[in-house]
Amino acid sequence: MINLLLLPIILPFFFAIILLFFKENVRVQRTLTLIGLAISFTFSLVLMAKVKADGVQTLTLGSWPAPFGITMVSDMVSVLLVTTSILITFFIVMYSFEAIGKERERFYYYPAVLFMLTGVNGAFTTGDIFNMFVFFEVFLMASYVLIVLGGEKKQLRESIKYILVNVISSALFVVAIALLYSVIGTLNMADISVKIAEVGQPGIITVIAILFLLVFGIKGAIFPLYFWLPGSYSAPPIPVLALFGALLTKIGVYAITRTYTLFFIHNMPVTHELLLVLSILTIVAGCIGALAYFDLKHIMIYNIIIAVGVILFGVAQMNDAGMTGAMFYLIHDMIIKGALFLLIGIIIAITGTSNLRKMGGLMKTNAPLGWMYLIAAFGLAGIPPLSGFTGKLLIVKGAFEAGNVWGSVFILASSLIVLLSVIRIFIYAFWGEPVELPTTKRRSYRIMIVPAALLVVISIAYGVGTEWIVPYMTDASDVLLKPSIYIDAVLKE
Amino acid sequence: MKTNDVILQTGTKVVFFIIFLFSIHIFFAGHFAPGGGFVGGLLTTAAIVLLLLAFDLKTVQKALPFNFMIVVAVGLLLALGTAAGSILFDVPFFTHAYDDFNLPLFGVSSLHTAMIFDAGVYLVVVGSTITMIQTIGGDS
Repeated sequence: MINLLLLPIILPFFFAIILLFFKENVRVQRTLTLIGLAISFTFSLVLMAKVKADGVQTLTLGSWPAPFGITMVSDMVSVLLVTTSILITFFIVMYSFEAIGKERERFYYYPAVLFMLTGVNGAFTTGDIFNMFVFFEVFLMASYVLIVLGGEKKQLRESIKYILVNVISSALFVVAIALLYSVIGTLNMADISVKIAEVGQPGIITVIAILFLLVFGIKGAIFPLYFWLPGSYSAPPIPVLALFGALLTKIGVYAITRTYTLFFIHNMPVTHELLLVLSILTIVAGCIGALAYFDLKHIMIYNIIIAVGVILFGVAQMNDAGMTGAMFYLIHDMIIKGALFLLIGIIIAITGTSNLRKMGGLMKTNAPLGWMYLIAAFGLAGIPPLSGFTGKLLIVKGAFEAGNVWGSVFILASSLIVLLSVIRIFIYAFWGEPVELPTTKRRSYRIMIVPAALLVVISIAYGVGTEWIVPYMTDASDVLLKPSIYIDAVLKE
Repeated sequence: MKTNDVILQTGTKVVFFIIFLFSIHIFFAGHFAPGGGFVGGLLTTAAIVLLLLAFDLKTVQKALPFNFMIVVAVGLLLALGTAAGSILFDVPFFTHAYDDFNLPLFGVSSLHTAMIFDAGVYLVVVGSTITMIQTIGGDS
């Protein structure tokens, strides 16, 4: 079964096509989406076991030899990200049954989610830089649909901003690829890496590296390029926001990680130093935003930006501990952001507002929700047995080893601010005198809390079961730090 | 005075078939000459747009009673099916196959599965462009 590594991409695509035939039948759409995601998840687990046992899996489409066809590469990094993406999408789809509303469900909501997952998984798996651009467009197109679906005034305004920014960054992506192609003459990522090593990264390649950082930085919201994110992400309904917050910026982070560990590794004092400085500035900017707002959505959105900074800081160290920590933190952040967005979605549904000042005393009416939120918040801040701890510990360790003492101080201080920002939500929403709540249906509350609770449980397991996860993360960071593993797997002579 | 489109409508009835046949020609020529599924699909769309200009939306919908979203979905299935067929033979995804067939009327012709993929592209292009034009033009 040599096509196994393609199944997590093909299956969501196939089910999305099938859903186009059942526009009006919401029940069929829901069932088929869940079945499709469950099957894709099973195959991605099989693939992960295969990658763990046999090393990097590659497949060049159309039986062409390696640098001439499009190669798909599934190493531990990409298979971990693919599996997590499918898992999170599964729970968000479950949550959508209650939260998104019939009107949107009847207008291609589920096909758009599945098309987006196709693009996301493709971007994680591809081994060809132009193919990566195509998969970027696939998930961006689907995300345009999701952000505007419903047609509220705010959504329309913010979607124009979102589309404008992404169209410009996509054009820059094409320009960057064109420039790279004119210098190197190949598009296969392994081949690019070999050719760059041969010419020893002259100045023009470093320029291209910065150009790539600009492109992926817009997608992944790093410091001076994150301006579009808070507005655009606060417009769509909560399940879409959870999907975007958990998956989309992480693709930018993955793309930076991949290009900065595979291509541009011969002039690190320029490229990686810049990445380091920008990641710290990203953390600072995110912290300021997370403290500044009294709005649930905005606090969480700025926490996305902080996490992007932390992961890229780990990547910029380019040593074992830093890279393993970055991988740990990346997967942790996808899971916990999914869980937290779903939980604050429930809080907003119960109180009917996202303004913290208008809430209070939810602990008396919704105690399980409160405890779950508290656990997720501690997990986000990185309190020991929970999931955020190991990643951040390893990142800080890596930074100390690399001599970036000040950087690690920023990371540790940012944890405190993250904790403060999410605990503030807990204090304002759950403690204090109960405010009068609008009447909501208990049934819809129960349907929405199940997927959120399951995600919290998974994040706890991820933190407690660190011992079992370490080998996978070490494999991932090995592939990133030793490009020869990747290159040999693709261009086997 | 009453306006009358009789010259435009009569002309359209003839020209439509010429454009349509040309689009089919372009579609089949794609392997050895400029052309293929994308331009072929756009030309077919152009022919239908000419119909829309000469007649109105309702008449054209009556003449071509397809749901064009379904056309898109069928096109995608065709393309994905062609590429995924290789999974059954355990060769890499997207591996195409071809052979020579002795067809009546055409003689010996070389048939390639890439053409089925192109047919998928053709259907997606026609379906999505017509959907766009119908949605913008209609006032439902």
